[in-house]
Amino acid sequence: MQDAERLFRREAGRLVAILTRLFGIHNLALAEDVVQDAFERALETWKFHGVPDNPSAWLMVTAKRRALDVLRRDGTARRFAPELERELDSEWTRAPAVEEAFESGLNDSQLRLMFSCIHPRLPEEAQVALVLNLLCGFGIDEVAAAFLKSRAAMEKRIVRAKKTLAGSKRLFDFTATDVAARLPAVQRALYLLFNEGYHGASAETPVRAELCDEALRLVHLLVEQRLTAVPATHALAALMNLLAARLPGRVDAEGNLILLVDQDRSRWDHARIAEGVRQLDLSAAGDELTVYHLEAAIAAFHAKATSAAETDWGGIVAVYDTLMKVQPSPVVALNRAVAIAQRDGPARGLEEISRIEERARLARYPFFHIAVGELSSRLGREDEAQHAFDKALGLARNPAERRFICSRTATVPARPRL
Amino acid sequence: MAQFVMLYRSSDEVNRETLGSPEKAQATLTKWRAWFKEMTEKGELKVLGEPLERAGTFVVGRKKMVTDGPFTEAKDVIGGFSIIEAADLQHAARIASGCPILDAGGSVEVRPIRKFDL
Repeated sequence: MQDAERLFRREAGRLVAILTRLFGIHNLALAEDVVQDAFERALETWKFHGVPDNPSAWLMVTAKRRALDVLRRDGTARRFAPELERELDSEWTRAPAVEEAFESGLNDSQLRLMFSCIHPRLPEEAQVALVLNLLCGFGIDEVAAAFLKSRAAMEKRIVRAKKTLAGSKRLFDFTATDVAARLPAVQRALYLLFNEGYHGASAETPVRAELCDEALRLVHLLVEQRLTAVPATHALAALMNLLAARLPGRVDAEGNLILLVDQDRSRWDHARIAEGVRQLDLSAAGDELTVYHLEAAIAAFHAKATSAAETDWGGIVAVYDTLMKVQPSPVVALNRAVAIAQRDGPARGLEEISRIEERARLARYPFFHIAVGELSSRLGREDEAQHAFDKALGLARNPAERRFICSRTATVPARPRL
Repeated sequence: MAQFVMLYRSSDEVNRETLGSPEKAQATLTKWRAWFKEMTEKGELKVLGEPLERAGTFVVGRKKMVTDGPFTEAKDVIGGFSIIEAADLQHAARIASGCPILDAGGSVEVRPIRKFDL
């Protein structure tokens, strides 16, 4: 049987985007109702007869019919999309307009809804929550899980955000100036969405590939649109592809985390690496250098190396140096120190760690203590290593992190003293 | 053996429960497909049946009044039917007790089909 879960998730986002385009953003709730209705119809029928060969088309047709019903029925009582008013009012042009929205307007509708969700009056987390809920078809429960929030708190947040969204006069207008002004916030939201999946502090799993997949799908929409395909967008797409390529190697069959240097690189997704490298080339046009460029450059060094030993750590340290100038943070400084340890040995790495300004801000970050533990252990300082791993264990955010740290502590006393 | 109609009854609330998220929808679909398959394999399912639209029309009385209904907000609307074969009503009820609609708070009405015996 087809995987209806993935199907519903994917189609929900597409259908809401198309219907909002037709009905107008102020009728967001109506658009969601129509989608829900189409799903209920699908489920009722498929329960008896099984999932059809082309379920996406089935849902499209059902939603299209329902949209036409609503437009016909409520035509006098409601105002629909202001820019389509004339087409939708007339019996002659209504059906073709609806047909066109469903047939050719899909990417355009999704982009406009995406830009609308990144509403300047909404806090970042609410923007990302809206994107997940409306464009990625995640239920409130799932969005709440993604942000480690209670269902009630997330529901409140999303309901409020939708009110703000529905209060907009119209869907985001794709004119060159508006796009340029809002694009950085859109890129940032997708970056957050991706990171939530890649480094997410979920209680269950260390990696939620699905969030990464959605971020990739949406960033590719940006890449395909002329106005949004700027160097920074290509850099972001490069970064996501290069990091996502490593996902298959990041956990083992038992769900245990594996450090980058220990990963089986044959398990990396080489198609994604190729796409990442291609996007990185495209990002080099122009003279803009964003954080996405730098992070993608680092990811590319790893992707190109056949092993940890073969990695150009000097090149990576150099990029971290630039990153520290563009957007310094304790986490970037820590990663830089780890790269220095790979290049110049563990003692130099620990020295760099001790020099990190605002080191206190890393105190609650398990990977800070793991790094200190690893480097101390390599120097044969077992007591210090043990102490650091104990601290990390107390901060672990999920069972996989806990198991990972335990596997490291187990290796400490086993190492011979020099 | 006798035949029985199973009428699947549920409310809007039940529908939301079974379709609240893509995950739930998938679970609901899987359960129903498995249940129909099980009944088919045991030879219990006589007629798979069909889902029904939630709303239609009532034609009432000598005046043949036509009204809308049942309203979708109604507590339980018949959402579909199947016909099964069972030894007796008790047996039929046992079969119906496997229906996934029950997990979501819906109900199954089991009615024997009256025999036309000479």
